[in-house]
Amino acid sequence: MNERKSSGNRSQAEAIDARRAFLLFATLLLFWILLNGSLAFGTLTAGAVAAGAITFLFKDSLSVFSGYRIMPASLVASVRFVAFFFRELVRANLQLARLVLTPSLPIRPAIVRVHTGLKSPVGRLLLANAITLTPGTLSVEIKGEWLYVHWVSAEAGAEVATARIAAGFERYLEVMYG
Amino acid sequence: MDVIGALILLAGTVFLLLGSLGLLRMPDAYNRIQAGTKAATLGTLLTLLGAAILMPAWWAKLLLIGLFLLFTNPLSSQVLARAAHRSGAALAPQTGVDHLAEDREDLS
Repeated sequence: MNERKSSGNRSQAEAIDARRAFLLFATLLLFWILLNGSLAFGTLTAGAVAAGAITFLFKDSLSVFSGYRIMPASLVASVRFVAFFFRELVRANLQLARLVLTPSLPIRPAIVRVHTGLKSPVGRLLLANAITLTPGTLSVEIKGEWLYVHWVSAEAGAEVATARIAAGFERYLEVMYG
Repeated sequence: MDVIGALILLAGTVFLLLGSLGLLRMPDAYNRIQAGTKAATLGTLLTLLGAAILMPAWWAKLLLIGLFLLFTNPLSSQVLARAAHRSGAALAPQTGVDHLAEDREDLS
């Protein structure tokens, strides 16, 4: 991603980039270990080389850690985001179950726009993904600061409801990505 | 422990079944995607969790499958929905507003 850096805090920005690169490297290596289920020296070496090469080649590409603020507050927000997300996922499925089991299929679809204050591309991506797995909503399109959300059963005032759902995730994503 | 694992597996398959029912019953592409995404995500995650309880040695690989699923499933659904709307897939007749169609001209 292209973050514009003013020359004044360039070295500071580089330090943050280095930490994000390390975080990416550590995540890739963790995935490798999980996939192999072994801590043998040969396996670890091969994994470290591969993870290092990927980190080096793609350090400027978009990853989950692009723009991630490395501090305790974002870790707490990340855990809360995941917990909130799973609660919403279960609610989404129960609501859907009720809907498809009702003989009359009481749906009232609509596509509603919602504004997001999130600036980071990864933050917006996670918001769109979370909305898709939230009860009755599906992200269809994102254009700049506007997200277009499809509803299975939109009540009157769906715009307010959409904004509320987005805000539910945004309060965590804002801390994580700004 | 085996009973708990089997029950969670069963719950997962029930959600997958309900999702398929949704695919059959929903009137248009967007609502079918809605039914498919949510049920497939939770249904598969519960199936993986059930398998992890029955076969504890597999937990790491099952966790990885779950993580990949969580990232790719909503993403592909969103891209499908976007492609549907861009190619002009019809919305169900009972659909209310469509802000995306209203804004299409100013955006492109």
